[in-house]
Amino acid sequence: MEEHIVIIGNGISGVTAARHIRKLSDKKITIVSAETDYFFSRTALMYVYMGHMKFEHTQPYENWFWEKNRIELRKGFVKQIETTSKTLHFAEGDTLQYDKLIIATGSKPNKFGWPGQDLNGVMGMYHKQDLDNLEKYAPNKKVCKHAVIVGGGLIGIELAEMLNSREIPVTFLVRENSFWNGVLPEGESAMINRHIKNHHIDLRLGVNLKEIKADENGQVKSAVIAETGEEIACNVVGLTAGVSPNIDFIKDSDIETGRGVKVNRYLETNIPDVYAIGDCAEQHEGINGRRPIEAVWYTGRMMGETVAQTICGNRIQYNPGHWFNSAKFLDIEYQTYGWVFASPREGETHFHWKHEDDTKCITINTEAATGKFIGINNFGIRLRHEVFDRWLTEERTTDYVVEHLAEANFDPEFYKRFEKDILNAYKSKAVIV
Amino acid sequence: MAIERNMSLTGQPPVSINTTQKIGVITGMAGLFILVLATLGLNLGNTALWLTISLSAIFGGIVIFAKGAYAHKLPGIKNDGVWFKSMTSKGVLAWIAGIVLTGFYIILYFYADLLGLGQGTDGTNTGLVGLFDPLSRALSGNPASQWFVYGTLYTIAILAFGIKFMWKYKHNRYEQLRTLSVMFFQTAFAFVIPELMARLNSNDFSLPYNDLKNMWPLNYYAFDQWRVDQFINAQNIGLFFLILGVLMIFVISPFLTYKYGKRWYCSWVCGCGGLAETAGDPYRHLSSKKLSTWKLERWMINAVLVFSVVMTTAVISTFLGYDSNKYWFTKNTFLISTGAFLVIIFAIVAYYKRDQLKTDAFKGAIGALAITLGFFVAMAFIDFSQIKINATYFSFGLNTNEYALDGAMRTFYGFGIGSIFSGVIGTGFYPILGNRVWCRMGCPMAGILGIQQRLFSKFRITTNGGQCISCGNCSNSCEMGIDVRAYAQKGENIVRSSCVGCGVCSAVCPRGVLKLENDTLDGRINPTEILLGNDVDLMELVNKN
Repeated sequence: MEEHIVIIGNGISGVTAARHIRKLSDKKITIVSAETDYFFSRTALMYVYMGHMKFEHTQPYENWFWEKNRIELRKGFVKQIETTSKTLHFAEGDTLQYDKLIIATGSKPNKFGWPGQDLNGVMGMYHKQDLDNLEKYAPNKKVCKHAVIVGGGLIGIELAEMLNSREIPVTFLVRENSFWNGVLPEGESAMINRHIKNHHIDLRLGVNLKEIKADENGQVKSAVIAETGEEIACNVVGLTAGVSPNIDFIKDSDIETGRGVKVNRYLETNIPDVYAIGDCAEQHEGINGRRPIEAVWYTGRMMGETVAQTICGNRIQYNPGHWFNSAKFLDIEYQTYGWVFASPREGETHFHWKHEDDTKCITINTEAATGKFIGINNFGIRLRHEVFDRWLTEERTTDYVVEHLAEANFDPEFYKRFEKDILNAYKSKAVIV
Repeated sequence: MAIERNMSLTGQPPVSINTTQKIGVITGMAGLFILVLATLGLNLGNTALWLTISLSAIFGGIVIFAKGAYAHKLPGIKNDGVWFKSMTSKGVLAWIAGIVLTGFYIILYFYADLLGLGQGTDGTNTGLVGLFDPLSRALSGNPASQWFVYGTLYTIAILAFGIKFMWKYKHNRYEQLRTLSVMFFQTAFAFVIPELMARLNSNDFSLPYNDLKNMWPLNYYAFDQWRVDQFINAQNIGLFFLILGVLMIFVISPFLTYKYGKRWYCSWVCGCGGLAETAGDPYRHLSSKKLSTWKLERWMINAVLVFSVVMTTAVISTFLGYDSNKYWFTKNTFLISTGAFLVIIFAIVAYYKRDQLKTDAFKGAIGALAITLGFFVAMAFIDFSQIKINATYFSFGLNTNEYALDGAMRTFYGFGIGSIFSGVIGTGFYPILGNRVWCRMGCPMAGILGIQQRLFSKFRITTNGGQCISCGNCSNSCEMGIDVRAYAQKGENIVRSSCVGCGVCSAVCPRGVLKLENDTLDGRINPTEILLGNDVDLMELVNKN
């Protein structure tokens, strides 16, 4: 009888693990999810609301895929893990035995104890159920006359774009004094501020939510700003102040948790035969400058690939390469390769170039003493991952990177190119320093 | 635990159109209404005036609508609500549009007299065709035909919807240039130049209507006897066009496909592609992405290709057979050389590309070659023109003529593939099946260019390392039904015979993952999971299986 591998969570991490375990072995595989029947791409939920896609299009595999690859899918909510007898207890009352368990339950939206945070019409934008809720409370601009979004990160701006697509007026409350400036350098953050306002989104910087008020039916009536006391009438409040590991059901088990499920470099928890991957896993220490918890699509995928090797008898460490990421702010695409911080750390300098149309810019981070290239943020210009990965490994200087930037261009053919402008700007700045 | 609700959420986007768009709709509909009145036989008097008003209103209406839709918006992706709107999500409006278009094609192809073709005294035109007489006379000097009416409306559609598409993609120069290109080729090569060339014709000199870019096998009548004869009889210029036509097939087009992929034709030059990319653009997301559809597609498009090769060979070998002193070739040298050419090409491909051909593709290719050669042998020994076929049995009684076998194949191809498939289904069903059904399932030209593109081209769509987030915008937008995401999320290049290089997958990608490129042949096809950012040793392990 083959080993039974049970995976809790059918997101990118769990599904990648399942696919690779199937490639490597004939083990029995079961994926448990309380969210949906089939794997879907969470990052695409926004496009369903905007009408670019239907929900079924967010599913990367056709429904026959799972049976063909002998991956059992089970709908159910695990409320308890009993590690001594290797048993999962479901909220529905039944149980499931495993030989090896992979926890891949992802994240949940943060709530900071705001009064009214659980009212009808208050939602995050993370789960399929959040999308259903938004469709219920904000189907159009007649039902939802105004919406307030709390929290200026990547999900917040996506939610603003979603509501905008149905012409629902949005007030966007951002705690920081400039959008996402805990991550983005000043020039970039300021450009995105202007871009948000150009889309007629009411961006309020440097403000916090005080409370959410209800009408007589327990439904959202308004949101109150802490700093000014202003009460904004609205029908929907989106809470998008970050995410944290979705592990409440594990807290009373023997599995060690911190903010997430604690794992070592092999993605093993403190309990034998129990692993954790993806957003819910917390490394004891961050790897290569990465955070201990990384709620990023591709790290979930990579952890799934890694744990599959370990489970199939080839125990290896999770070893991510150079940091990279991407996002889109309304119409402006953003990519990053290597490390660029909001303000240069000790011994680092930033070079910033912005196009006059105010939708394209880059920031390059350099080690001041050696001229070594540390990382780049690029907005409105696409750059080639492969080239930057190589340059980072080869430890190129920023001089080299700027001179050879054309090699890394990934914009569509016939696009206007800006390498010369960037090089000239870089030279003129370099003289001043 | 939350209750799973119906998966098919019904979105309620702002459905009402703005004032500018309303003006556009009214203007365009008024223009169409004049055409309807003319079709119904209403005597409009000054036809030149009414035609000008009608065509200007149609063109202007579309452009005004586009202005209302996009002019005031910031540059970016404009797909909001495409899966909600009735017209673009197979709703009632889509079905009405589909039925009207289909009906138009059926009347155009089979009942042109209803449009007034030759219905006047002494065979002059009345009705809709009559309305177009002044424009036709101005261009070629001849009265209009139903094909002239169709060509004019087709060109206007490509021009007006082309402007709409360029407005939609105002931030994307690839899309803009590509659209300008199809607008130019349709207007100049397919419409104005052939009409003007008709002015050269006289009693002792006559060129067939010749759209230079319309190659065999898309142009299935390219080597019909009457055409070949006309070319040969039209002195040097005729011969030039005939030779150019052959060079296009065997030299120019393979070379351009090698350099740039089949997009140089399918989404930059071709008239069918031109209409699909402009008027058909709002329906691109409707193409089926199922694996089963892909399996059907492979059989269908290659079967049509085989049919077109066999049919064309039968037609040519027949007229070579009974009239051999007139041409350089005899029937048998033609059959033998054509067969030998196919065998040599096949042998070269099978040898040099043996590691790129999967078993099922290889078996399919052998089967196709065997069927083709079988027909050639049959043609050599049997005179197809002596075998008589009664068309009644194949046309539901629509056509009761008796044909010789070669003529029957030619007629059936013209009817089944040329009219029904490419026109009635291919275009009439845009709002239901998507805008590239014909290009994907039936076009033999796309079939040949696709084989060239898959095996001998520098073109590919490159994926950008590990940036893909599997969102599916690319697959959703692919008019050819390619599951682009399946490649992108594995870091694989997309090298598919069906890709027409429209570039929309790259445009809609929110993470900058896809890029259409022409680059070296080495490493073009990389069927491995190369996802950057990961541990190098792990990647080797992942790819071992």
